[in-house]
Amino acid sequence: MRDALIVGAGPAGLSAAIAAAGSGNGMRITVLDEYPRAGGRLLGQLHQEPDGSWWNGIKEASQLMERALRDGVDIRTGVSVTGLERNGDEGWTVWTNEGLFQAKRLLLATGAAESAIPVPGWTLPGVMSIGAAQVMTNVQRVKVGNRGVVIGMNVLAMAIVSELRLAGIELAAIVLPPKNALSGHASDPNRVFNSLLRFAHMAPNPMFRWGASLIRPSWLQRLVVAGYPGSGLRIWDTPLQLRRSALEIVGTDSVEGVRVAKITPDGRVVAGSERFVEADFVCIAGGLYPLAELAAVAGCPFRYAPQLGGHIPLHAESMRTPLSRLYVAGNITGVESAKVAIAQGAVAGTAMALDDSGGASIALSAELERAISRVKQVRREAVIQFHPDIERFREQMYLEQGTILRYRIN
Amino acid sequence: MTFGRIELHPVLGKLPDAPLIEVVFDGQRLFGLEGESIAATLLANGIRKLRVQEESDNPRGIYCNIGHCMECRVSVDGFSGIRACMTPVKEGMTISSGIKLPLPFRHTPPSERSGGA
Repeated sequence: MRDALIVGAGPAGLSAAIAAAGSGNGMRITVLDEYPRAGGRLLGQLHQEPDGSWWNGIKEASQLMERALRDGVDIRTGVSVTGLERNGDEGWTVWTNEGLFQAKRLLLATGAAESAIPVPGWTLPGVMSIGAAQVMTNVQRVKVGNRGVVIGMNVLAMAIVSELRLAGIELAAIVLPPKNALSGHASDPNRVFNSLLRFAHMAPNPMFRWGASLIRPSWLQRLVVAGYPGSGLRIWDTPLQLRRSALEIVGTDSVEGVRVAKITPDGRVVAGSERFVEADFVCIAGGLYPLAELAAVAGCPFRYAPQLGGHIPLHAESMRTPLSRLYVAGNITGVESAKVAIAQGAVAGTAMALDDSGGASIALSAELERAISRVKQVRREAVIQFHPDIERFREQMYLEQGTILRYRIN
Repeated sequence: MTFGRIELHPVLGKLPDAPLIEVVFDGQRLFGLEGESIAATLLANGIRKLRVQEESDNPRGIYCNIGHCMECRVSVDGFSGIRACMTPVKEGMTISSGIKLPLPFRHTPPSERSGGA
């Protein structure tokens, strides 16, 4: 039997495998991932760091994979986990398309999925989630189209817009989703503008960055939204149209364009303002939520955390869950950057190694504390803050659970 | 409309060399690159419609491209329900798009239905 099984070969899963395999316990570790290539969604990431260097997800992922392989980790791709079951107190059995896997400890590092915002016409070929366009562009290196419209404005959308532009793909506009029961605040210009300010420091245009730093007061924000130009402000040479909403995606066998309309600062359509925007692809950007079904199947308790993208499995700062021998790391614990996921993976891997030693290793206990501090440091230094309240929420959640879960040998 | 590959990327550089793979999609011979997904091969060849909704006949293509949404399912060498975005192309693969299915029970009013459940 394996000492540990890790579901997900993304930044968190690979980093956990490296930490556990390198712990000196001689742990036998298998990592499963259903994508044909290891790296998870880190593979598609490509952005410039504040110091001007490029964060190239393909490179980062292959470095993690090489380190894991060097430490003897067994990485299996193309394996989909379909179910799991606790083996009494002995560990876990996991069902996959490649048969059963058993292990003494199980780490779920399944990452996040994209929230969809249904828009009339969204089932047409050529309409895709913005993450789909990212993977096609940066990982598969295939053009998703010639001229696109992005529906939805959030941190993920803006990061991927810059990546599409880098690959030479033209974007006609970034507009808001239509106001409906599912779009929520994503179709409200005032709310969207407020959230845009949080990552305005990433903008390529110094005027945007400077302007954003001046418009903190909410009355001023409302004034800016009220006076926002209908044609939008250009970012990465693409009009960011805060006061326009998509009404319908149009096409016969694939996307031919999008019907858009002007909207009031609170998101209501202005009658008679409708226009047709030609496009051959559309990206829907609804944001991310933790992909946590396997934790639910395992029977792990959950907690609702809107700051972290939705329902997350209850866990301690040590990445232990209340269930014996079950751990979580990465975006399954809340949507944050890949760097935070890597740091969380190191915590989970070290916690598994410590628990594997029966909790006896002083060196591993000290290493676990260091790894936990490192997560907080990486979170504070993150270029992209997915939500302003993440740190406060996590502190409170970990505090409420007390010290039992954090220090319990799992 | 032109699709195709991103041959030269300002940061990622040249498209890595990979052997050509020949596949058949709905009777049409196509070339893909080793290591890429069926969805990527089809899109690079300008094909976006991967199936129709089984009941309404509406066209469908990729949506999430990472295996979550199941919108891109095709048949591969006789096996149905294969996700085009998650399955690498292999030499000689025969891929078929999903078709509209017969719905014999669709319009049977409840009063005329027989049997349990």
